Amino acid sequence: MTKLKKVLQYTTMNNIITIQNLTKAYDNGFVALKDINFTITRGEIFALLGQNGAGKTTLISIICGLVRPSTGTVTVNDDDIIKDYRKTRSYIGLVPQEITLDPFLTVTQTVAYARGFYGRPRDEKLIEEVLTDLSLWDKKDNKIQELSGGMKRRVLIAKALMNEPEILFLDEPTAGVDVELRKGMWDMVTKLKNRGTTIILTTHYIEEAQEMADRIGVIADGEIKIIEEKDALMNRLGTKKIILTLTKNCDTLPPELVDFSGLSLSDDGHNLIYSYKKSEHTGITTLLTAIKGSSITFTDIQTEESSLEDIFVSLTQKHE
Amino acid sequence: MNKIGFATIYFKEMARTFRVPGQTLISPVMTTALYFVVFGSAIGSQVDFNLEVSYAQFIVPGLIMMSLITNSMSAASSGIYFPRFIGTIYEIFSAPISYTEITLGYTLAATTRALIIGALIYITALFFTPIPVEHPFIALFFAFLTAFSFSLFGFITGIWADSFEKLSLFPVIILTPLSFLGGVFYSLDMLPPFWQTLSLANPVVYMIEGLRWSFFGIAMINPLISALLISIFLMICFGLLSYIFRTGYKIKN
Ligand SMILES: Nc1ncnc2c1ncn2[C@@H]1O[C@H](COP(=O)(O)OP(=O)(O)OP(=O)(O)O)[C@@H](O)[C@H]1O
Ligand SMILES: [Mg+2]
Repeated sequence: MTKLKKVLQYTTMNNIITIQNLTKAYDNGFVALKDINFTITRGEIFALLGQNGAGKTTLISIICGLVRPSTGTVTVNDDDIIKDYRKTRSYIGLVPQEITLDPFLTVTQTVAYARGFYGRPRDEKLIEEVLTDLSLWDKKDNKIQELSGGMKRRVLIAKALMNEPEILFLDEPTAGVDVELRKGMWDMVTKLKNRGTTIILTTHYIEEAQEMADRIGVIADGEIKIIEEKDALMNRLGTKKIILTLTKNCDTLPPELVDFSGLSLSDDGHNLIYSYKKSEHTGITTLLTAIKGSSITFTDIQTEESSLEDIFVSLTQKHE
Repeated sequence: MNKIGFATIYFKEMARTFRVPGQTLISPVMTTALYFVVFGSAIGSQVDFNLEVSYAQFIVPGLIMMSLITNSMSAASSGIYFPRFIGTIYEIFSAPISYTEITLGYTLAATTRALIIGALIYITALFFTPIPVEHPFIALFFAFLTAFSFSLFGFITGIWADSFEKLSLFPVIILTPLSFLGGVFYSLDMLPPFWQTLSLANPVVYMIEGLRWSFFGIAMINPLISALLISIFLMICFGLLSYIFRTGYKIKN
């Protein structure tokens, strides 16, 4: 085998989901997805970010077989989601965004049926394990209508895990779940990842994506704006700031400092602000030396780092 | 084939039937029993009816057919409509189950429910009058064919409906008049010729005639023709369903 072939095979093996030229126009004519192309890597946690109505749920629904694509192809483990739907769906577990459960069934019935639909025989041990992991074991005989909202959301996750999926889609899994349980949920996600499960999630809590994800995709108006490793994205687009509180207000930069790009005064003239990209040569030493040689003095020094949230806002802001 | 998936749908639907038996089994049996008491025993004894069977006996196959039709249809339509309405249908459409398996799971469960009701009605009627069944297997065949056809029809309306209003539209404005005018309470030859001819356009007439022939060996319509026409109705329902699934109409958007 040539080296190139080996490399190619390695990359396709590593792509668990491949999306090509995918578009979706709903029946009412609304175009929710426009020519989407990207791949999901085996074993990663991929966070899909985007504002309300960006097309996240539409994209997930197409991969899971709930919405028909207008054009384009999606393969999961190299099987086509339409031609080989039985195979592709058996790899996947889906936690939908909306809480949709039959209120009259018990927790155990709900998850047991879910496993049955996947075509798998009932497995009491798995049910106990999953319900325990999700702190639902003591509610196993309760009807869904007797559960709180956060518990219901965890039942949705339990249902998806009944398929013992290779790929888990979590569409806003932590909406309405309290802080402690949310942490528990992320521990579970980490556990699944360590077992080799690929996880694709959407969330509006950007700190979650920042904390958990290996890669980030940003979608806006049905188009993928960015797909990047989280760390690289933070480095590339993340900015840092040094803020100096001046002893005396200053209206204009002193002549020694005008040549520094990224250096500015706050509107009230009270602060001197230096912004720089994390990935670039910072020039802080030169700047501080120059300040020392100038007329200004300062009483305090602070630093600030932009979060993924700031990056996200700057990416999805409409430029009008 | 996803046998477990199909069986899960079937048994989940049957469990629904037995979870609320008052609503799903007892109430339809009660209603029909009342028809039988009022029309068969009270009024029927006054009717001068020159067939080999009494009026009370005569109306039993019709009453059974009528409840097979309404119950198979309502079981299948609510079976698929309810999960669509509350959104749990995602668990089935995202699972590795084919449309055929989904359809058969729901419609065979509805058929089973209707046949249980039909049997209970037959047993109830036995308390009032002896009812011989001349061709029991053919009777079962007609009962199954009818219940299955209307389960498919109900399944289609459950996919088509996007409100409870629409869901109840078919049973109320189509099914009830068709069953009442289908010859449950009278023999076709009691009608004036014009209405007799018009009745032949009513599919329920063939179903009732078919079952009545299996019970008593008397019919205004050749049972083979009845069987053929019910089969055509069944085929039309299959055709409609496969169109729905091919286009994803109302289910994949
Ligand atoms: N069945 C439908 N028919 C027509 N348009 C739809 C349908 N479902 C969704 N849309 C539209 O498609 C767009 C994308 O919706 P989608 O649910 O994918 O957004 P989302 O990114 O998941 O948003 P959110 O963060 O609010 O969940 C929206 O503008 C929505 O109005
Ligand atoms: Mg969404």
